[in-house]
Amino acid sequence: MIELRDLTKQFAGHTAVDGVSLHVGQGETLVLLGTSGCGKTTTLKMINRLIEPTSGSIRVDGIDVRQQPGPEFRRRIGYVIQDGGLFPHYTVAEAIATVPKLLGWEADVIQARTRELMAKLQLPETVLSRYPGELSGGQRQRIGLARALAARPPVVLMDEPFGALDPFTRRHVRRELFGLNELRETTVVLVTHDVSEALELADRIALMDKGRIIQIGSPDELLNQPATDFVREFLDDKPHRLHD
Amino acid sequence: MTDFFTFVRDHADKLLEQTLTHIGLTFLSLLVALLIGVPLGILIARRQRLAGGVLGVAGVLQTVPSVALLGFLIPVLGIGIGPALVALFLYALLPIIRNTYVGITEVSPSVKEAARGLGMTPNQVLTRVEFPLALPVIFAGIRTATVINVGVATLAAYVAAGGLGEFIFSGIALSNVNMMLAGAIPAALLAVGFDFGLARLQQLSGRKLRVGALAFVALVPFISAFYLLPGRQDKLIAGFAHEFYGRTDGYPGLQKTYGLQLRPRLIDQNLMYEAIHRGQVDIISGYSTDGRINAFDLLVLDDNRHAFPPYAAAPVIRKATLNRYPDLEPTLNKLAGKLTDSVMTALNYRVDYQKESPEKVARDFLNQTGLYKKPSSVNRTETVVVGTKVFTEQYILAELYRQLIEGQTNLRVVTKTGLGGTQICFDALRTGTIDFYPEYTGTGLLVIMQPPAETLQQLPMQTDSVYQFVQQQFQARYQMDWLKPLGFNNSYCLMMRREQARQLGIRSIEDLVRYLDPK
Repeated sequence: MIELRDLTKQFAGHTAVDGVSLHVGQGETLVLLGTSGCGKTTTLKMINRLIEPTSGSIRVDGIDVRQQPGPEFRRRIGYVIQDGGLFPHYTVAEAIATVPKLLGWEADVIQARTRELMAKLQLPETVLSRYPGELSGGQRQRIGLARALAARPPVVLMDEPFGALDPFTRRHVRRELFGLNELRETTVVLVTHDVSEALELADRIALMDKGRIIQIGSPDELLNQPATDFVREFLDDKPHRLHD
Repeated sequence: MTDFFTFVRDHADKLLEQTLTHIGLTFLSLLVALLIGVPLGILIARRQRLAGGVLGVAGVLQTVPSVALLGFLIPVLGIGIGPALVALFLYALLPIIRNTYVGITEVSPSVKEAARGLGMTPNQVLTRVEFPLALPVIFAGIRTATVINVGVATLAAYVAAGGLGEFIFSGIALSNVNMMLAGAIPAALLAVGFDFGLARLQQLSGRKLRVGALAFVALVPFISAFYLLPGRQDKLIAGFAHEFYGRTDGYPGLQKTYGLQLRPRLIDQNLMYEAIHRGQVDIISGYSTDGRINAFDLLVLDDNRHAFPPYAAAPVIRKATLNRYPDLEPTLNKLAGKLTDSVMTALNYRVDYQKESPEKVARDFLNQTGLYKKPSSVNRTETVVVGTKVFTEQYILAELYRQLIEGQTNLRVVTKTGLGGTQICFDALRTGTIDFYPEYTGTGLLVIMQPPAETLQQLPMQTDSVYQFVQQQFQARYQMDWLKPLGFNNSYCLMMRREQARQLGIRSIEDLVRYLDPK
């Protein structure tokens, strides 16, 4: 579904992403894991062209992403960021309708889709007229996801989506969200520095350091056959959190 | 206080017109500032490299004092709404550009990134996300600009653009507190009122604010149209000095004597001549011997009903000086009747516009009239002191007297040419600091003597009668004498461009009244 080949990004002499190649299959959830500054967020933003690569290529669904205008392309890719990235001046209903409107959907279709999402996310419809400032952190995160899923994109990109939540809410929200059928059928690339989150959500994990992928594989592979000491140390660092 | 309300009631029409003009000016300039400032603010938010320069220039413009700014604009734009509008626009620009810039750059980066990430084009990010979120800040800038402009718009009255400054500056020129307050209080109320109203609008939250702010901005063009409401379609446009407009011997006297009905624009008296020269007004008030009458080819309208009191010039001299130097009176009287209006105007013109020295102009005149004598080289022990007020005509007269006296007598003459005003000159004369100075009969009557209203009503406003009245009174009260008049009258007058007056067949104020209101 997503194919990165030899992707490199340089900022003013400093190489943020250095020759990254990977493949994400249909319906798969790939987690880009690593410390801050390891290049994982830059890699993610290159996929939907918020950042243009210095060299290398990206194909989504077999098509080179540079073949189409950025904005139009991004409308077909879901995008979730920390704390939802909701617009303070949009109500929940307007937030969810954002991408469908950009795509020119009919009002009644948008409304039906909004209701459907609210039901799936178990949010009362009274929330629809509220502004982000009037929502809890967990609610904001749900709405952020609903906004990303509204136009049924085949691919969703998530950048530290649960970063602003406290650990308890975070676990709760992510279990609930990743339990949704909608998300299970979607190809997801998720960026996090939280090992337990990666182990819990990932079909495969790409562990990055200094712009390169150190190891890519299923959580079991990384735990049981770490490629380097760095991989072992990174995953071992917080094992107690896995089972608490 | 009751005087104030009486004044307001009597001038309600004028006050309403001024208020509407004032509001119109404020909002017209605000509209232009919005049309230019908001896009400029957006531009510099996009291209940060330009931000420093643009905000710097707007900031410098903001710090230029408003009177100085008008001073820069008048040579380029003349008078009227042009310079007023440009000055107001420049003052409104900074708060609008700066707040647009700050409002947009302060939108959270994560929100902007989310907007792009969802697939909005740069224009959609601007119009759907950045601009609505920046609106409260932009609106605060609009509020600041509005309040600044209500204040600065009072200065429009300097350049004949109208507004509440007309009453304020006329009031100051006439020391008329009620008139001053009739302009100042509404101007202050407008500022406070707009500030309060816009503050209330600003406190609305979210969508209400956006709707309110857009409604306000949509209203601005309509409010701007207030400027056009007070009709200005007179056949001839009059531009009067603030003092002339308010003084009883100025415009009110004309209204009483001739039934003249104009809707004069008020304008600073030094800009008046420039305005009529450029054709921005057709009739101005002025002084009958001003050098600019020649310079700009103006025609002084004949005042055959004597609405303006005569201001015949003559030397006022201490009795003691006359007694001590018996030569002096016949010598000074040699000038009597020699300086007619047109002669004096020509002399003023040579000094003001041809930049000749008063000394040379005076000598040329004495030569032409055969009064010039080369001063003999005797030892001059006795001294007379001539005083003058601070304007060209008086400087020329002082030179005439100096050269005349030194040529014809053995007296030494000292000139004191810096006595600020009538009262200062007169006090210097009374205390003996000076021996004589050229004064005008009207000034002697209305400024120095200030007789009660009944006396004035009985006194015929003719050159001779006023001269005789002040002469007798000064002899009796102050031991001073008015010597023979020089011949010219430097009085208030109405002027038109000679060419236009000829075309319309207007020579006198009576002709003007007939032309304006043919029955």
